[in-house]
Amino acid sequence: MSVPISWYLMLAALLFAIGTVGALTRRNGISIFLSIELMLNAANLTLVAFSRQLGDHTGQLVVFFAMAVAAAEAAVGLALFIAVFRARHTIDVNRLNLMRW
Amino acid sequence: METLIFLIFAVLAVASSLVVVAHKSPVYATMSLVLTLFSVAVLFVLLGAPFLGALQILVYAGAIVVLFLFVIMLLNLQKSEERRLGPQLGVAMLGALIFVGMVGLVFWRSGAPALQRLTPELVSLKGLATALFADYLLPFEIVGLLLLVAVVGATVAARKAPEPGAESGLLPREDYVSGDEPRTDPLRSLPDPRRPDVAEPAYKPAAFKEAAK
Repeated sequence: MSVPISWYLMLAALLFAIGTVGALTRRNGISIFLSIELMLNAANLTLVAFSRQLGDHTGQLVVFFAMAVAAAEAAVGLALFIAVFRARHTIDVNRLNLMRW
Repeated sequence: METLIFLIFAVLAVASSLVVVAHKSPVYATMSLVLTLFSVAVLFVLLGAPFLGALQILVYAGAIVVLFLFVIMLLNLQKSEERRLGPQLGVAMLGALIFVGMVGLVFWRSGAPALQRLTPELVSLKGLATALFADYLLPFEIVGLLLLVAVVGATVAARKAPEPGAESGLLPREDYVSGDEPRTDPLRSLPDPRRPDVAEPAYKPAAFKEAAK
């Protein structure tokens, strides 16, 4: 017996919500990044589930591109964290308020 | 059987993602993220996307997580985070609950349509590759360019600050550093001027000192 698609979508929604809570409540820049990766993965799961449901490759291709973009984003983001850490000696987002009004 | 595998890895994914979000130590959170990514990779395979499952493990668990671990190691992040919980966490949890509840309500009202049967065309790598290199060739090339730009950008962003007298066409770091920060580069192992006998970086914010005690 097959799993209904709504289970996959519910799981993806749950993972996305967990990731959102993490991104909103953590103070450490790296932890926020990890939460964002979690959210990206939840979205990918949704896309693959719909790709299966519609019998179409396009969803899988979007996931392929999303993975490449996520890799680029992680590389650039972590490099920025290194640069910020060199300059400010912290990546606690509460203390990175240089551009706040 | 399929339901059992789905349930096992769904529970595993949710549990490990909770650890990612809740664990104080970034290293443990990252290792837990590996478990989440692996579970999602299994679900990809279950959904008839074995290529994406392999890619997930190779690219995410293999490359991105290693990058995270390297940065955590480089920045020497221990349990550096002082957690100020309170209204923020409550509001975030409330929002998440409302979101999951809304999605659940939609599916509950619309019933649970069974998943379509797997077709050989959907699983085959040939179909995916044909679509990728025929219909989506331009996005593929653009993604390649994006990765190149990201590599160059990351290298430039993470480079060492140039020496004060050195000739460089790049902006000096001083342009975007506020004056109240300590001026040493924490990633260079300069001896602490206050304790010249100890060859460790001089930065050590207060939170790190507290944790080390």
